[in-house]
Amino acid sequence: MLQTATRTSGDDSLDLFRDQFRRFLEREFTPNLARWEEQGIVDKSFWRKMGEAGYLCPSVPEEYGGLGLDFRYNAVLNEELTYAGSTDTVTLQSDITVGYMQNHGSEEQKAHWLPRMVTGETIVAIAMTEPGAGSDLQGVRTTAIRDGGDYIVNGSKTYITNGQNADLVITVAKTNPGEGAKGTSLILVEADRPGFSRGRNLDKIGQFSSDTSELFFADVRVPVSHVLGAENRGFAVLMNELVQERLSISITAQAAAQRAFDEAVAFTKERVAFGQKVFQFQNTRFTLADLAAKLQVGWAHLDWAIGRHVAGKLTAAEASASKLWHTEVQWEIMDAALQLHGGAGYMNEYAIAKLWRDARVRRIYGGSSEIMKELLSRSI
Amino acid sequence: MIERSLFSEEHNMFRETVRRFMEREVVPFHAQWEKDGIVPRELWLKAGEAGLLCCTVPEEYGGLGLDYLFDVVVFEELWRVGASGPGFLIHTDLVATYILSFGTEEQKRHWLPKMVKGEAIGSLGMTEPHAGSDLKAIRTRATRDGDDFLINGQKVFISNGQLCDVIVLATKTDSAAGAKGVTLFLVDTHTEGFRRGKNLDKLGMHAQDTSELFFDNVRVPASAILGEEGRGFQQMMTKLAQERLAQAVRSATVTETVIGWTADYTAERKAFGQTVADFQNTQFKLAELQAEAVSARVLTDKCIELFMQGKLDPVDAAIAKMITANLHCKAVDECLQLHGGWGYMWEYPICRAYADARIIKIAGGSIEVMKMIIARDLFSSRKGGRAQAAE
Repeated sequence: MLQTATRTSGDDSLDLFRDQFRRFLEREFTPNLARWEEQGIVDKSFWRKMGEAGYLCPSVPEEYGGLGLDFRYNAVLNEELTYAGSTDTVTLQSDITVGYMQNHGSEEQKAHWLPRMVTGETIVAIAMTEPGAGSDLQGVRTTAIRDGGDYIVNGSKTYITNGQNADLVITVAKTNPGEGAKGTSLILVEADRPGFSRGRNLDKIGQFSSDTSELFFADVRVPVSHVLGAENRGFAVLMNELVQERLSISITAQAAAQRAFDEAVAFTKERVAFGQKVFQFQNTRFTLADLAAKLQVGWAHLDWAIGRHVAGKLTAAEASASKLWHTEVQWEIMDAALQLHGGAGYMNEYAIAKLWRDARVRRIYGGSSEIMKELLSRSI
Repeated sequence: MIERSLFSEEHNMFRETVRRFMEREVVPFHAQWEKDGIVPRELWLKAGEAGLLCCTVPEEYGGLGLDYLFDVVVFEELWRVGASGPGFLIHTDLVATYILSFGTEEQKRHWLPKMVKGEAIGSLGMTEPHAGSDLKAIRTRATRDGDDFLINGQKVFISNGQLCDVIVLATKTDSAAGAKGVTLFLVDTHTEGFRRGKNLDKLGMHAQDTSELFFDNVRVPASAILGEEGRGFQQMMTKLAQERLAQAVRSATVTETVIGWTADYTAERKAFGQTVADFQNTQFKLAELQAEAVSARVLTDKCIELFMQGKLDPVDAAIAKMITANLHCKAVDECLQLHGGWGYMWEYPICRAYADARIIKIAGGSIEVMKMIIARDLFSSRKGGRAQAAE
């Protein structure tokens, strides 16, 4: 179980929320995880159960069907889901896509979509990456060209989380292909629109229960009212929402690293080699001591960053530094924890193998470590 | 570039043959084998036909009697195309070597010709659920019963586990005697009481049939002992240098290969209006890896040379394995990173190379065991250091 006694971002109501959510996960999540990993996708029914219990998009105001809670509640959900072994499916909705809708949607869009996002009736994906444009979003080639009262969307996207399950796709497209960032808009595309199709559920190193997919747009017609935020202002919206996205990935990385550490401690205290517990070797104890120190610093930093974000003060540079540090340190912890498992660490039946393979992508998605350094360096 | 000086014209010609074999018989099918979790037997027969298996086995046992460098060429070319499925290395470098070194005339005549042809596939049964690097702790027992032995126990993480026809099996014939109670047997897998367990689900090496094996009153004659009763541990110790050298060959080759792939990829891939190779970070990361790759190659080739002269000691082999394995894992990690999101997708070779690599710091003696060996040697003639260098 994730230890939270020394955390500084909690209070009684948050602790109660965490306890209830843990029981929910034990009942609805853990018994199904292996099956979801096998089938490459989480059941839609799990989304609905999350929604019914109030565990999706807690930040959505009550007038739109939500609980109107602050980001600390998102953090609790993310920590507990990750610690239990979840991939980044439902967290994407609660921490990332809902922010786009809540902060930039028109009244009509909010009234229509937010209640559905809260209940899990609508699963949302955000489609940025293309085969030729990853971290470099200005290189996006998908277009949304005005035609009377509609946009006609054409292009292809890849590595889209929730790609198979999605009912609605926030699509990054060029509404003015002659311009770079200034010609970019976010277009809401429902998955049942003619011309929209899903490609493969991609085979990855890890994150098996996450339906990461290709998406295709062939003359998909949507009304101009489907632009999210203002036309040609998509890049500014993206920049605004990336702060929370990067904080969210930091939280995921820290919780996953803690689980890996806890697995390594349990394993080495059990496992005997050369006539003693593996834990008793000085190399093991020193390795674990080093990891424990990093985890302590990580939780303290995270609580600081969460506090600043709740107060609306976390800067883009701070969020970049946070994502860079937490995902890279997570990686050191993962790799060391796997090594302490010996041959068992390479076997997928052990939790550490899954934690390790799921972890690698966090240094790449949501802006790679190199992009974090690039952004951070610009603020120096 | 420091030129490799080990290979003669015959080796180079053989390398061309092996390359063509890989392109024709391995590369087009490897993705399917990964889905299957195993390679087909026909591949082994074809490899035998082409002379890729057990190159050093003498002609009197059906082999070609070539030098060790021919085996090295096969291993290098397998790794160069990322073929982690075919378990030729275990078969050639370990099983055939054990039989050649310790086998009776009868054992050699029975198994080696079939192994050269790929008709009999070899495997090495050492690791158990409770004994990995600590081999003395194995619990599989071989108990005398008249003229025979009865073998009971289980093995895990056994390469070629689903395919193997013959196993060099580590057992305890005297459970009270520690290392001195270890005896190796040559077990025919068609013997009653032998059972294959799960083909294990691993992080990588998906086309390699790494398995559990079970032995339930497997009756073998005393003539199935490989070497001498109670001498198994010493026999294994004499072969560890060779096993670790083969791992260094793997690591040095994979490191060079992934640097090449990544240089190709970054030189083509555009981001922010230039190629990824135009960024200084890319250039510096690859420059550092390239420099280390050259050092790893020089060290590995030197160890191959020493091995062929019969002078490679286990400490130097441990050093070579540790240095190259650490570099191998660092190289696949940094090269994956330079591939961005594509690096996480299984269809990209760097992704597979990354997942395949992780075992190298664990199997065949973990990095920690290499450090124990190196430290024990360092302190062997000094007073201190006994405790941490204890085996």
